[in-house]
Amino acid sequence: MITNSIFYFFVVVVGTAGEMCVSRATKAIGEVHEFTPRSIARHVGRAMTVPWMWLAIFMMAVAFFSLLGMLATAKASFVYPSTAVSYGVGALGGKFFLKEQVTAERWLGVAVICVGVVLVIIGKG
Amino acid sequence: MTVQPGRRLKTYIMILIMVTVTPLGDIFLRKGMAEIGAMASWAPADVFHFFFRAFTSPLIWLGIALQLAFFIAYLLVLSWADYSFVQPVSTAIAYPLIALLGRFVLHESVTPLRWVGVVVICLGVFLVGRTQVKTTEDAI
Repeated sequence: MITNSIFYFFVVVVGTAGEMCVSRATKAIGEVHEFTPRSIARHVGRAMTVPWMWLAIFMMAVAFFSLLGMLATAKASFVYPSTAVSYGVGALGGKFFLKEQVTAERWLGVAVICVGVVLVIIGKG
Repeated sequence: MTVQPGRRLKTYIMILIMVTVTPLGDIFLRKGMAEIGAMASWAPADVFHFFFRAFTSPLIWLGIALQLAFFIAYLLVLSWADYSFVQPVSTAIAYPLIALLGRFVLHESVTPLRWVGVVVICLGVFLVGRTQVKTTEDAI
C-alpha cells in the first residue's frame, strides 16, 4: 500500500512535470511541417539539444518505472484511471509554468475528468 | 481566433494514432508486470532484481515499443498544439479502451461505479476537445 502510494506520487507529479518539460522543449525548437522520416528524425535530434528535453526524459523515466511498480500488483483498469489526477496537475502546469491560456471550458472539462477519476477510485471492487 | 483546417486535421490524426497505441501498450505492460509480481522490498538488491526481471520480459518491451510510438507522436504534436489541450484528449480517450481491454482481455473485474467513472471521464474529454487547438499568443 505504502509502496504503491510512493509509486503513485511519482507517476502523477514527476510524470506530469516531465511532460511539461517536453512541451517547453518542443515549443523551443519550432513546429513540425514535414512528416518524412528524415524530417521527424531531425526534429527529434534537435529536441535532444534542449536541456529541458533531458530533464523531461529523466522525469518521465522515473514515472515509467513507478508505473511498472504499480502494475505489478494493481489492475490496469484501476492504475490508469487513478493516475488521471495528472489532468488537474497538467492544467495548472499549463497555465502557470507554460503560460498557456486555459479557457473556462477546458477547466470545466478537466474538472469533469477529475470527478470521473474519483468515481473510478472509490468504485474499486 | 481561427485555426487552420490543415493544422486541426493533422492534430486529430496524431491523436488517433496516440489513442490506438496507448491502451494496447498499457495492457501488455500490465500483463508483463502481473507475471513478475510485487517488489519484495525497497532494499537496493530487491529493487534491482524487480526491474531486471521487468526489463527482460518480452511483454514489457512490446509495451515499451508502443509507448515509444505514443511518445514520438506526442513530441510532434506538442510542437504546434497546446499541452493543456493535447494531454487530456490524447490520453483520456484511452481510459475506456483500457477498461474494456482490462475487462475482456485480462478478465479484470470492473464495478458499475467504475464504469460510470469512465463515462464521466469521456464527458470531460469531450468538453476539453471542443476547445481550440492552440490558444497561446503566437497562435495561427
